[in-house]
Amino acid sequence: MKVSLTVNGAARTLEVPANTLLIELIRDHLGLTGAHVGCDTSQCGACTVRMDGRAVKACTVLAGQAEGAEVVTIEGVGGPGALHPMQAAFQDHHALQCGFCTPGMIISAIDLVEAGLASDEAAVRAALSGNLCRCTGYHNIIAAVLDAARSMRGPER
Amino acid sequence: MNETGIGKRVKRREDVRFITGKGRYTDDINLTAQTRAVFLRSPHARARITAVDAGEAMNIPGVIGVFTGADLAADNIGDLPCGWMVKSKDGSDMVVPPRPPVAVTAVNFVGEPYAVVLAETLAAAKAGAEAVATEFAELDAVVDLATATRSDPIHAGAPNNLCYVWELGDSAAVDAAFEAAAHVTRLDFANNRLIPNAIEPRACVAAYDAATGDFTLYTTSQNPHLERLVLAAFVGLAPEHKLRVISPDVGGGFGSKIFIYPEETAAAWAARRVGRPVKWTAERSEAFLADAHGRDHLTTAELALGEGGEFLALRVRTKANLGAYLSTFASSVPTYLYGTLLAGQYRTPAIHVEVEGVFTNTAPVDAYRGAGRPEAAYVVERLVETAAREMAIDPAELRRRNFIRPDQFPYQTPVALTYDVGDYQASLEKALALADYAGFPQRRRAAEARGRRRGIGLSCYIEACGLAPSKLAIQLGAGVGLYESGAVRVNPTGSVTVFTGSHSHGQGHETTLAQIVSDRLGIDFDAVEVVHGDTGAVEFGLGTYGSRSAAVGGSAVVKATDKVIAKGALIAAHMLEAAPDEVDFTEGVFAVRGANRRLTFAEVAFAAYVPANFPEGLEPGLSEKSFYDPTNFTYPAGCHIAEVEIDPETGVVDLVAFTAVDDFGAVINPMIVEGQVHGGIAQGVGQALMEHGVYDPSGQLITGSFMDYQMPRAADLPSFVVDTTTTRCEHNPLGVKGCGEAGAIGAPPAVMNAVTDALGIRDLAMPATAEKVWRALAQKGG
Repeated sequence: MKVSLTVNGAARTLEVPANTLLIELIRDHLGLTGAHVGCDTSQCGACTVRMDGRAVKACTVLAGQAEGAEVVTIEGVGGPGALHPMQAAFQDHHALQCGFCTPGMIISAIDLVEAGLASDEAAVRAALSGNLCRCTGYHNIIAAVLDAARSMRGPER
Repeated sequence: MNETGIGKRVKRREDVRFITGKGRYTDDINLTAQTRAVFLRSPHARARITAVDAGEAMNIPGVIGVFTGADLAADNIGDLPCGWMVKSKDGSDMVVPPRPPVAVTAVNFVGEPYAVVLAETLAAAKAGAEAVATEFAELDAVVDLATATRSDPIHAGAPNNLCYVWELGDSAAVDAAFEAAAHVTRLDFANNRLIPNAIEPRACVAAYDAATGDFTLYTTSQNPHLERLVLAAFVGLAPEHKLRVISPDVGGGFGSKIFIYPEETAAAWAARRVGRPVKWTAERSEAFLADAHGRDHLTTAELALGEGGEFLALRVRTKANLGAYLSTFASSVPTYLYGTLLAGQYRTPAIHVEVEGVFTNTAPVDAYRGAGRPEAAYVVERLVETAAREMAIDPAELRRRNFIRPDQFPYQTPVALTYDVGDYQASLEKALALADYAGFPQRRRAAEARGRRRGIGLSCYIEACGLAPSKLAIQLGAGVGLYESGAVRVNPTGSVTVFTGSHSHGQGHETTLAQIVSDRLGIDFDAVEVVHGDTGAVEFGLGTYGSRSAAVGGSAVVKATDKVIAKGALIAAHMLEAAPDEVDFTEGVFAVRGANRRLTFAEVAFAAYVPANFPEGLEPGLSEKSFYDPTNFTYPAGCHIAEVEIDPETGVVDLVAFTAVDDFGAVINPMIVEGQVHGGIAQGVGQALMEHGVYDPSGQLITGSFMDYQMPRAADLPSFVVDTTTTRCEHNPLGVKGCGEAGAIGAPPAVMNAVTDALGIRDLAMPATAEKVWRALAQKGG
């Protein structure tokens, strides 16, 4: 089947088998390997990307469901030298170790801040419960998200 | 002073690629004309394979081949070995059942591979695997650890399903001490089976060049050189110099990626067989079934105490589940990495431990974060806390009375190890203060007023890290030395490339080793690059596990760096027309003592490669290497304190506070060390409260997904209070001890001591799930 969508700002039209998952389209057809597959079953969140402004687990979205959608992967969030505040906060706070869950974690973190769920530590912990990290114990991730939330909100008016 | 030197919180340079999606993990690698592999795995815990019919599968478009264990065997592919020979107490060798990479005639655990399908696409390979018709003759499985030694043997040659019966210590002295004891505390407990679950599943991409006979294997390994060594020397895939193993970015390991597994072995063989690259990536369900699991002990332990609470003796009997086959280091984990740690931080004069290594029809069990040491700490620290309660002595005070004192080092324990240095009471007192131990009764009363039960628990753990002095390890049965290699190559323009046999899969070596070398050479941090994880680039290595990379790998890099400085001094002396012993090197400058003649490190580097006027005997170039073999283990130790609140209506346990004070010796990068502790604590809390690998009586894994196997999530944990005390390791040049496993070792007993304190019961089996806690409360009330 033919799928037309926007990925990281670029319009793409691809011919893919009808059972193709969005994560397969992104990784295998577009060669964007920042989003990862950690469990195949939507429980770990390593595959999280943004679709039409919200975080989705790309292992449980069919490519066909992304028809006409605007998809942003970690590669589109910010690159070296032009980091998104959330990416910068992850480095500043040592919020990653092996890095495998990190792209999905950053996208979920941006999503929860934009959704107004970063009011305090407990709220951030609850909102990040869909993303597994086996390395950090989440301690520094929480610190990074709370810090980035402050800079994403901008100076107090 | 140097902002990127040793001891500084330097941000990790590897992060830039990870936070921007530019990491390069094995599954990100695709080779031209690659095929995809899918493994057929046993649905039975124990069966004979009577027929494998691939006829239908071969008719599926895109399927290239279906290969069985017999195909590998016909090509002389050897068995997967176990690298540590443990002897039974009667002097006999352990039983090593043959473990072909792909099963040939019998399968012995659910998930054991017995065939591999290669196809043009993953979808075709999966369809092919579905179409293979296999007939099994099912046999009664041996699943229950407690009764396995009374069951029919799984392997011919392993009567009673015993691999070995190992002992350590003086049983007569222990018996005598128990006779004289004023008090004996006894506990029977299980150390629950864990499934490692690095978030990156295992994967490999193998290629073979028929023109040269060279293999290239990309794989998710913590130790690529060991992978190469085993594939060459034991499996017989190819000569070692014809194998290049590359372990690129690896998404966590925790021990599970140390081992040499069937899948990459079969994939590499298949790449030669079909003349095309072969790629395999595990699905999570395969990781649950076929990654080596951890822990799984049944233990009876008794502590004998005198009138004043002084420890007199410790007696430990353990059944250790080894699974169906011996994984790469399986035999060493419940023996030399367990029994030797049973002295803990204490002066217990007599200790005896006996361990039965038991085969069952379950996934192989091997090292998982801590590997033997968490099991030992659990035995000791649950016993100590329980003894304190029974004798009505404050648990902190009972520990104080029994600590090995700072003036007693070096301290020879009754279980083989010699601790070099430590100050256990310093860690205890600091942790008590940080956790406000004195204020606990008030917090407990406040919780009671809210209808909740609050408990506090201590754990004063020790571990042996910096694996390991080769001579000792080989005497005890290791099949390899446990030194590490490091090389420092100075480029003509003065920048430096460091090669390490350690492997980073989250630990941040690209940053910390650059800190060490730039600090020592007095050059810019950004002028030092670190290369690891490629047998084609790094001379040799034993890899990363057992908290060994800083203590052993870092020390090798220091030794190589010092050789560079020594050679640089010879060059500088020549250029400055001084005697070599008149040249000092400080902060990046070679200078003649007492004279105004000096050269920068970069000037000397350049001269080394443009040797205009070198005297006879002084070679050009500036590149040195070292193989560092430690003279002792290192002994990180600390005090962890957990505080929990339990809702008696639901049994839900909330971990409300966790304090860790650890002595890791010198610290290279405090930010990274704290991160290691956080992660270890999370895994330790996971073991205590959530995680449990469970097989049903027929040998089916019933915790085979993240729905059934509860991993700690962000909302399950609090932020942690983490601090350190410091006694420098005295036998390595950095003074470091290692930090990677501490949290996973210290946390489980601390949490369970807190849970049992809150519930007012002696013991509860891990994990303390809401159901178990609720039942315990119901039983207590009724």
